[in-house]
Amino acid sequence: MSDLKFSKDHEWVAMEGDVATIGITDHAQQALGDVVFVELPELGRMVKAGEACAVVESVKAASDVYAPISGRVVEVNSALGDNPGTINSDPAGEGWFFKLEATAPAELAELMDDSAYHRFVEENA
Amino acid sequence: MAESTESLFETPLGALHRELGGRMVPFAGYAMPVQYPLGILGEHLHCRAAAGLFDVSHMGQAELVGENAATALEALTPADVAGLKPMRQRYALLTTDAGGIFDDFMVANFGNRLFLVVNASRKHEDFARIEAALPAGVKLNRLPDRALLALQGPGAVAAIAPLAPALAAMKFMDVAEVTIAGVPCFVSRSGYTGEDGYEISVPADAAEAFARTLLALPGVAPVGLGARDSLRLEAGLCLYGNDIDETTSPVEAALVWSIGKRRRMEWNFPGAERVRDELANGTQRLRVGIRPEGRQPARGHTAVHVPGGEAVGEITSGGFGPSLNGPMAMGYVARAQAADNTPLELMVRGKPLAARVAAMPFVANRYAR
Repeated sequence: MSDLKFSKDHEWVAMEGDVATIGITDHAQQALGDVVFVELPELGRMVKAGEACAVVESVKAASDVYAPISGRVVEVNSALGDNPGTINSDPAGEGWFFKLEATAPAELAELMDDSAYHRFVEENA
Repeated sequence: MAESTESLFETPLGALHRELGGRMVPFAGYAMPVQYPLGILGEHLHCRAAAGLFDVSHMGQAELVGENAATALEALTPADVAGLKPMRQRYALLTTDAGGIFDDFMVANFGNRLFLVVNASRKHEDFARIEAALPAGVKLNRLPDRALLALQGPGAVAAIAPLAPALAAMKFMDVAEVTIAGVPCFVSRSGYTGEDGYEISVPADAAEAFARTLLALPGVAPVGLGARDSLRLEAGLCLYGNDIDETTSPVEAALVWSIGKRRRMEWNFPGAERVRDELANGTQRLRVGIRPEGRQPARGHTAVHVPGGEAVGEITSGGFGPSLNGPMAMGYVARAQAADNTPLELMVRGKPLAARVAAMPFVANRYAR
């Protein structure tokens, strides 16, 4: 996961060209518990960094997922509809949420790298 | 995300919960395990398939002693307490003078005393209210030095009966004083999951060893508060503070069955006037089960509308039922919308979610009747 970037809201971002794939971290899925439902953003929606744009629901509670960077939603992981548990079993892989065409790629620099994120999680444990 | 659990009370099993990997959260002033490493979903399904062990020591336990204890308690509840046969237990409500619900609780007749189990969040208020109403010769003894464990699930009886064969002969809502693994216990065959099982009151100083004994039985796994909530909601059981409170009446809450027949002729309990009026004329709203279509849950405080129309109520408890394999809720709706199968819309994050009124329990209960 060394080329991923991380937000303080526990999302990860993987950049490929100007398209960012976004999901939630292993730490986040563990804290949430078993995911039973996910609401994904509409294709084409413009989102700003820090904007709530997806919802993940565990047995116990609903939590927002925020856009770590600004962009336009170009793809969503509709396979999560039938298998939301993928978010628990493979959060950094098949459990991705949506893809953004970044409109301000410089925002990526504001995010944490792997080691900074792990420090952040430990400090906030 | 991490909330401080300092300054919270501990049950006698606090150290054991941590040893088992329990994630401790504040609940009713106590540090309680919301889940163990198995997780809410797994713990829920395990309880329905085998047996789950719950620590419910935060709940209030007390005994009421004295010749007229039952009559004294009837001054505060519409339940038939005087008619409760020895070694039987009953679900009951404490009502307010205005006809709301002060708390819900269990009362058992142990022959020489009544044994009460009340909600953790209400125990101080309940006991004060009961004490204030007692006549001379009836005494309330709080039992803070007792822990309470629940062993629930289809495997509960087979797991524990080898330790105390008398447990197998009990029926749903029977109570007994039984020595289990050397520990003198007050046992009821009841629970809060919809499953067969037992609630077992033990001396606090014996609780940890006793819990370890039960956890070592075949098929028994620890279950936290998270699964306790999803299990009780599937079973259609109310949570005080969510589904019932001082503003809801027993009639609105569809808990009229907990009112004794004799009490419905005497009308001598707190709030009887409101209950009598509502039974005669109906209520504005009723507690019902609600099933959202699809898989999206609707949580407590979600507004309930008629499809495309006005608000007719609110969800009081809602979530995802692991055994139901779908979302479920309960809440209050206007009487005109309370019939089973009535279409509704739930306003979740500003968008309407189609739902229907549904019979409860959502998952059939399996009590040992």
